[in-house]
Amino acid sequence: MKSSRRGFLKITGATAVGLGSMQVAGSFASSGTDDSVATKTSKNSAALTAKHWAMVIDTRKFHSAEDLEPMIEACDKAHNIPKHDDKNHEIKWLWKDEFKHVFPTIDDTYLNDRIKHLPFLVLCNHCEEPACCRACPTQATFKRDDGIVLMDFHRCIGCRFCMAACPYGSRSFNFKDPRPAIKHMNPEFPTRMMGVVEKCNFCAERLAVGKMPACVEASKGAILFGDLKDSESNVRKALKENYTIRRKLQLGASPAVYYIV
Amino acid sequence: MLELSIKGSKKYYGLLTILAGIAGIGVLFFLYQLKEGLGITGMTRDVSWGFYIANFTYLVGVAAGGVMVVLPYYLHDYKAFGKITILGEFLAIGAIVMCLTFVLVDLGQPMRILNVWIYPSPNSVLFYDTIVLFGYLVLNLVIGWNVLQAERNGTHYQKWLKPVIILSIPWAISIHTVTAFLFCGLPGRGFWLTAVLAPRFLASAFAAGPSLLILLCLLLKKFTKFDPGKEQIQTLSKIVCYAIIINVFFFLCEVFVAFYSNIPEHMDHITYLFMGLHGHGVLVPWMWASAIFMLTGIILLVVPALRRNETTLIIACVVIIVGTWIDKGLGMISGGFVPNPLHHVSEYVPTFPEIVITLGIYAIGALAITVLFKMAVSVKEEVGSA
Ligand code: SF4
Ligand code: SF4
Ligand code: SF4
Repeated sequence: MKSSRRGFLKITGATAVGLGSMQVAGSFASSGTDDSVATKTSKNSAALTAKHWAMVIDTRKFHSAEDLEPMIEACDKAHNIPKHDDKNHEIKWLWKDEFKHVFPTIDDTYLNDRIKHLPFLVLCNHCEEPACCRACPTQATFKRDDGIVLMDFHRCIGCRFCMAACPYGSRSFNFKDPRPAIKHMNPEFPTRMMGVVEKCNFCAERLAVGKMPACVEASKGAILFGDLKDSESNVRKALKENYTIRRKLQLGASPAVYYIV
Repeated sequence: MLELSIKGSKKYYGLLTILAGIAGIGVLFFLYQLKEGLGITGMTRDVSWGFYIANFTYLVGVAAGGVMVVLPYYLHDYKAFGKITILGEFLAIGAIVMCLTFVLVDLGQPMRILNVWIYPSPNSVLFYDTIVLFGYLVLNLVIGWNVLQAERNGTHYQKWLKPVIILSIPWAISIHTVTAFLFCGLPGRGFWLTAVLAPRFLASAFAAGPSLLILLCLLLKKFTKFDPGKEQIQTLSKIVCYAIIINVFFFLCEVFVAFYSNIPEHMDHITYLFMGLHGHGVLVPWMWASAIFMLTGIILLVVPALRRNETTLIIACVVIIVGTWIDKGLGMISGGFVPNPLHHVSEYVPTFPEIVITLGIYAIGALAITVLFKMAVSVKEEVGSA
């Protein structure tokens, strides 16, 4: 069951995870280890695939916090992110912060004025060497072959080891029931239960049906998303032509999110 | 032998009732937490581990500390400890029971705990930690039970037990090493990211565990016919003395490396704990208290006359237990999370329900230790070795 499910996730690339591991688990509960189910769903020709998904954020195209709102809102809406009143219990997949917080190790006293006051988008980096996956005692968080780091909300025991391990503060824990705090319910995406961890999933559910990530779509070209291993891809072109930085490179996690500054 | 634990005086039953009562209240609050979620604790998105994991870490140390009586007796044939090894083993059992309970109540989805073994993850230190902790529990149950049974029957314990006992010695070291590895292998947490964390955990464990054992021995002496012996207590107190000095030494090594190298990621956490950071410093008085407690403990134990005096020895043990608890419990966990990876300072303070649940777990542990100690003492009284 375990290996077939894991294989399933890999093949599909995945409506599976997109629609939530909830349904994956569900479909297997009824079908056992019947592989035909997997193959049927996997033949989604519309799915966007890559050897290694990566994101390039062109921060020159943003000037104020308002400029970032549409993207954050798009993500929140697409993924049923609850809005809790208590800041301590916040669930954040995509949010904004200042340079000195996003890049604390390269923050500088006499920083360029624009960058100093510019809000930066923050999200899971989908690290090539993800400390979160290393730490997880149940493989509830795992890295797919295409580089996307995903969560299985139904396997997570809520130990929060991954939160301690993530050096980027990308993970949130459901300290309370998220459902009453969801403003716009998106029936296409599962809601989570109390007591599990979640984070940005690089919109795996949208890629699986041929759509770009919600934030990318809402960014009007300011965020690029593509295959890092394809030298002709949009992200590789952007990386070739622009100077980019990544967060806390010295930790060896190798983030897949690049920032043009 | 279990029957020995149910034949007791009124006082004994009174104690059991009180402990069971506290445990019961803890359970009620835990049910409340199950319903409402971990939001009822002081833990936050930034400080995602709190009191439960702190006490868990501390008690792994207490459990490992039991080895400080087992090792001299079985490995060095230090006969005097023969009288109290069983207490060290039973203390370890109680401590591990508490540890495992703390891990359980800390989970967001405790019903899924078995996923750790259903989907074994050799990458995860937590996976190994559950294995070594369970293993240590089983080892101590087997050893403690059989050795005590043999003592009661007036025979030597079974031959096959000896290798098991020897195994339990490195195993004790392993439980605290693996527990330290939970923290010190994480890339973004400068406070924990140090090779001296496991040795430091062990040093503080070998101070705290035997300190507690001394106090428990003295309690037994006062309330039962059991006399742990002067020499035993004195040897234990020397062990505590060395261990607490080594613990403080390791900490000072940390401070040197962090501040001489001047690397912010390493300095910030220590600064936060002892001086406060960006105007936040709930732990500052606690940390200084811890430092003063540990230093007081050292002075009281280094001076032979004070160590030999029962009153000052008791004070020394108490301040060392409290000092290391603050250091490892409050400081070690919160200190690692503050400031957070984005360099924001958000502080952690445990809530009332969280503290009640914690006390409940301590009561469960105390209950286990009381019953086990009762059994041990009754056997000793029976065979006249008390
Ligand atoms: S940013 Fe954090 S959560 Fe995301 S993959 Fe890296 S370690 Fe994991
Ligand atoms: S909280 Fe969930 S995803 Fe994170 S380490 Fe624990 S089981 Fe894995
Ligand atoms: S990639 Fe998708 S999940 Fe991640 S931040 Fe963008 S919209 Fe949210």
